[in-house]
Amino acid sequence: MTPKMTSQTDRLPPRAGLGLKPEHYADILDSRPDVGFFEVHAENYMGDGGAPHRYLEAITERYPLSLHGVGLSIGAAGPLDKAHLARLKKLIERYRPHSFSEHLAWSTHDEGFLNDLLPLPYTDETLERVAAHVDEAQEVLGCRMLLENPSTYILFQESTIDEIDFLAAVATRTGCGLLLDVNNVMVSAVNHKLDPLAYIDRFPVDLVGEIHLGGYDETVDGVGDRLLIDAHGSAVKSDVFLLYEHTLSRSGPVATLVEWDNDVPDFANLFAEGQRVDAALTAETARRNLRHRAA
Amino acid sequence: MFEATQAAFARALLDPRAALPDGVTTARGAGDPARFAVYRNNVFVSLTGGLAKRFPIVRRLVDEEFFAGMARVYAGLNKPSSPLMFRYGDGFADFIAGFGPADGLPYLADVARIEAAWTVAYHASDDSPLGIDELAALAPELLSDAKLAIHPAATIIRSRFPAGSIWEAHQGNVVAPMRSTNAETVLVVRPRQEVCVRILPEHDATFAEALFSGETLGRAAGRAYQPDFDFGAALVGLVSLGAFAGIAQEEEAT
Repeated sequence: MTPKMTSQTDRLPPRAGLGLKPEHYADILDSRPDVGFFEVHAENYMGDGGAPHRYLEAITERYPLSLHGVGLSIGAAGPLDKAHLARLKKLIERYRPHSFSEHLAWSTHDEGFLNDLLPLPYTDETLERVAAHVDEAQEVLGCRMLLENPSTYILFQESTIDEIDFLAAVATRTGCGLLLDVNNVMVSAVNHKLDPLAYIDRFPVDLVGEIHLGGYDETVDGVGDRLLIDAHGSAVKSDVFLLYEHTLSRSGPVATLVEWDNDVPDFANLFAEGQRVDAALTAETARRNLRHRAA
Repeated sequence: MFEATQAAFARALLDPRAALPDGVTTARGAGDPARFAVYRNNVFVSLTGGLAKRFPIVRRLVDEEFFAGMARVYAGLNKPSSPLMFRYGDGFADFIAGFGPADGLPYLADVARIEAAWTVAYHASDDSPLGIDELAALAPELLSDAKLAIHPAATIIRSRFPAGSIWEAHQGNVVAPMRSTNAETVLVVRPRQEVCVRILPEHDATFAEALFSGETLGRAAGRAYQPDFDFGAALVGLVSLGAFAGIAQEEEAT
């Protein structure tokens, strides 16, 4: 089902974006850095008022906004939380973000909100449920959303559908786009002994509205195999950055967020990380222009 | 099937002694509790981390290890009721008050109340507070029977301990000398946009508490009455701190 577009969200510019952190509000408003867009976790702006909204208003006057949800629990077996959908709708109407995205994961169960992005098996039944939830979200929110590929540490025996096929099927059924988290690709590929390049090469890049990059942590599992943890607490690792450049060679320049949510660096360091991404985007544009001219 | 799988996953996630849920596997084709433990750890680290962020002074007053243990027990008993993590820990102060190992720090719960109120004030609605001019415009004969509506950012905390001074002394990197060791009543408000934690003078405290409990101005002043209580100064002080949202006449007043 194609969602009704009551408030068409524009695409994010094909530039580097940064996660907006309260500790950087003042720096950003003072120095007006050249940043392609800012992204916020929707849930942090669901209070009634105060500084978060005051700053977000000032920042959205100057920069495109990407609204990224971490609490809708789209991969839950149970129904979506209507109150939470209503809160999202209110934010979307107020700030008119250029993009709204959520995760292929669940976080809410009978006990309450578990504040983590938990994995789900990929089966016909779960596909049905996720597609219904995406339909419902797009219907209520009045915009097309992007669904993000997860990072996972375990697999489910009952899974019968490959992750990319699952994401593509949700997109086909609901008209949603995809958010490709390249760090998540590396994390899951290493954890499940898959080839990250092959994952990127199979990914339906024409559906990708945004790319995420972040830093992983590394440990070992119970049998001593390498286990990557999606930690968002450091700079993008070099293998992920190479995989990102490979992604761009397929997708072309796409809005790309640097996620750095823990041990947040000062703004100058975060900005430098964004510049590295902007350079890769510029290089890809140049490469395409040259190829176009040569053709 | 999906419901059952997810329920089993959630149960095992929240019970550290539970076995690996059926069907949870790895690329090697065998279940690995160490991998499942990553999820368990993520859930509890994120919940206790949320509490550490909201209650930094409580964390400083105990040590990191004690705080982590206390937060872990709280998180075991209380999951966030919504994805709005800034509200997580609304019940943490009451929990601390009843947490045996913290008995030696009887003021800890009240410091937690101040920190919980701080976050409430930070995210509260931008309703414009009652202005002095509105109060001045009220006919003098109506003043005594008027009640004041509390601003959504405002919380009052009565402590048997110098909770406000303890909170204040721990704001900088170095612990400052405490300005008082007496019982304190603390008002947390957000006049304009900055959250403000104010230790109220004793007479004003009685007056403010009466108003916050819904008394009329007249009765609140009566409760606070002492030779050196200055009704006008106390009221103007509270109003200018943005403690009130508006004036409500007492309906049964004749």
